[in-house]
Amino acid sequence: MRSRLACLLGGLTLATVQMACAEGGSMDLPTTVEAGNAFSIQCTGSGKAVLYIVGPGQALRRDVELGGTTSFPAGSLYNAGHYLVVLVAGPSTGSGSLNVVPASQPADLSFLARPSRLPVGLHDGISGTVYVFDAYRNLITTPASVSFELSPPSGAVQQRTMVTHDGAAWTEMDSTAKEGVDTFKAQVDRVSSTRVVEQVPGDPCGLRMAARQSGPYLEVQTDPVRDCSGNAVPDGTIVTFTENYGGAQSTVDVPLKHGIAQVEMPAYNGARISVASGVVLGNEIQWGR
Amino acid sequence: MNKGRLLAAFISVATVVFIVIGTFWPGPSAVAYAGGKSLLRPSSTPTAAVENLGDEIRLLAWEKAYSSLGNKAQFTEQEFEHDLTGYYLSLRTYATLESFDVRPLHASNNDAEVQIRLHWSSVVGAFVNTRNLRVVKNGDRWDVDWPLVKKPLVPPQVIAVNYLRWDVIDRGPGDDWGVQDVEAPHVRIVDMHPVQRAEGVVILGELLNEDVVPAYVSVRATLLAKNGSPIASEGSFDKISHILLPKQVTPFLINFPNATLSEVGSVRMGPLSALVSASADPVIEIENQRLNPAPDASLTGQLVNQSGQVVNIAHVLGTFYDKTGQVVWVADQYTDSALLPQSPVPFDVHVPEDLARKISSERTVIATYSVGGFQ
Repeated sequence: MRSRLACLLGGLTLATVQMACAEGGSMDLPTTVEAGNAFSIQCTGSGKAVLYIVGPGQALRRDVELGGTTSFPAGSLYNAGHYLVVLVAGPSTGSGSLNVVPASQPADLSFLARPSRLPVGLHDGISGTVYVFDAYRNLITTPASVSFELSPPSGAVQQRTMVTHDGAAWTEMDSTAKEGVDTFKAQVDRVSSTRVVEQVPGDPCGLRMAARQSGPYLEVQTDPVRDCSGNAVPDGTIVTFTENYGGAQSTVDVPLKHGIAQVEMPAYNGARISVASGVVLGNEIQWGR
Repeated sequence: MNKGRLLAAFISVATVVFIVIGTFWPGPSAVAYAGGKSLLRPSSTPTAAVENLGDEIRLLAWEKAYSSLGNKAQFTEQEFEHDLTGYYLSLRTYATLESFDVRPLHASNNDAEVQIRLHWSSVVGAFVNTRNLRVVKNGDRWDVDWPLVKKPLVPPQVIAVNYLRWDVIDRGPGDDWGVQDVEAPHVRIVDMHPVQRAEGVVILGELLNEDVVPAYVSVRATLLAKNGSPIASEGSFDKISHILLPKQVTPFLINFPNATLSEVGSVRMGPLSALVSASADPVIEIENQRLNPAPDASLTGQLVNQSGQVVNIAHVLGTFYDKTGQVVWVADQYTDSALLPQSPVPFDVHVPEDLARKISSERTVIATYSVGGFQ
């Protein structure tokens, strides 16, 4: 029912336009205009008229001489979309439409790189998505070739080339085994955008500690704590020491400082001391006996 | 209509009558609170002397309480007050004495020993202080000897602290929307299960900060019925350590009062994390942890502040596991006194009697709060 009504209204409008054009003259409109480009509209007939162009976020009004060509300088229409053109000559009105399409030359990229921080050695852990825009921030929907490049602090650069679909292209990259700051770059023609991705060490690996007597205390200290790729686990990471003796227990959460964790614990003969960090368990020491 | 007027007139008359009675014949407690005659009884027995002292402490009448003591020459009034309210800013400083119990332990003609249990109320709940008081006969009255706990003194020393802190710069309003903000810390629930208790359903679990940056964390749980509709949603509130340093694990406990586990089809968990500035200090060692069996099951131990600054409030969170390593309970306690460097402070976390037998091991974590923070 609604579609029938819409068809009926559309038909009536078209009939009115054609009549108006017949009485006041007609326009020769370009089918498409590239955003920001100059264009012209030719109107037939004689006398004066007013030309209106109305579209997404923009409206233009020009006084025109019928029978001549009206020129619009570059930058007149810059928002991509469908525009309605109306020519008003006294009592009669004519109308038509044109499409403003994005400029073909990319001028800006929106580059979303996720995450900004991730552990080393993750397959497809880094994703990059690019949206290509022209100089007027119109999304360029025609296919364009996007080059993605991930440069780790050391090792080979990862490269991918993708083609945009409906203005967007995306890819996934691996985090490498070495910690540090990666530079993630996306480029279309001569336009590029760069993001920073931080590769951080993974869980501690081969966590080991040693203890030595110091008066009534035991000085317990870990070896330099590293992940399975050999990266130093960052300072501040919590290492938990637990000492069990005679049915009692002492625990202390110590942050790594300069790569190691150390603490003084009471020295009990026969005490069992264990070390852990998060869900990773280290070695165990039986003191004395 | 007439009944309403009659009731209003009756209430008005009764109010006037009560005001007149209260003005001309006030109760002893009202007189005391108005600054008039004390409500205290003569200290003619050891118990009465201790009760009078308790009343004066409750009224914050430090001068009167101090002057009633038999051994006041041994310390100053200020020391007496700080012994009760804390020498450093702590939970005790802002606590009020809700009530007290007095229990005679033994008595002779000239002296007696009386126990007083002081029930303090604070913003995080009640705590109890027990003191055994010696009461000495002085003529026709009894005087209390206050067992003052001297201000703990830290020997002069230099404690080297390599401060480690994380500062965060968040994205600004002028940044392009494609510029990523700093990533929220990655946290993971490593254990979770619901338990039916008499008071309702309780969700127990543990949360790990698996990232390399500190995290502010909280956990929210939603009970879902068998048809998927939500029954109730609750957060962990303070039954969690909210600041987690890298690779640190905290237990959490979420209460659903009046809920029934048999009605629950599933539980939706929502761990939340945010990047915050934090310091890796202070380091608190937990010494001499012991699981004391029922009756009166508890986890006891001592906290030792290994840093150089005073920790004003410490929150002890105990996670209790059964033989299979599954979490069976999470309990907590706030210390009512500040932690001075290298000075042990005891804690006593209560464990439900019915669960005490199932507990095979435990793990304790400490959350600390310092005035002004650790800079």
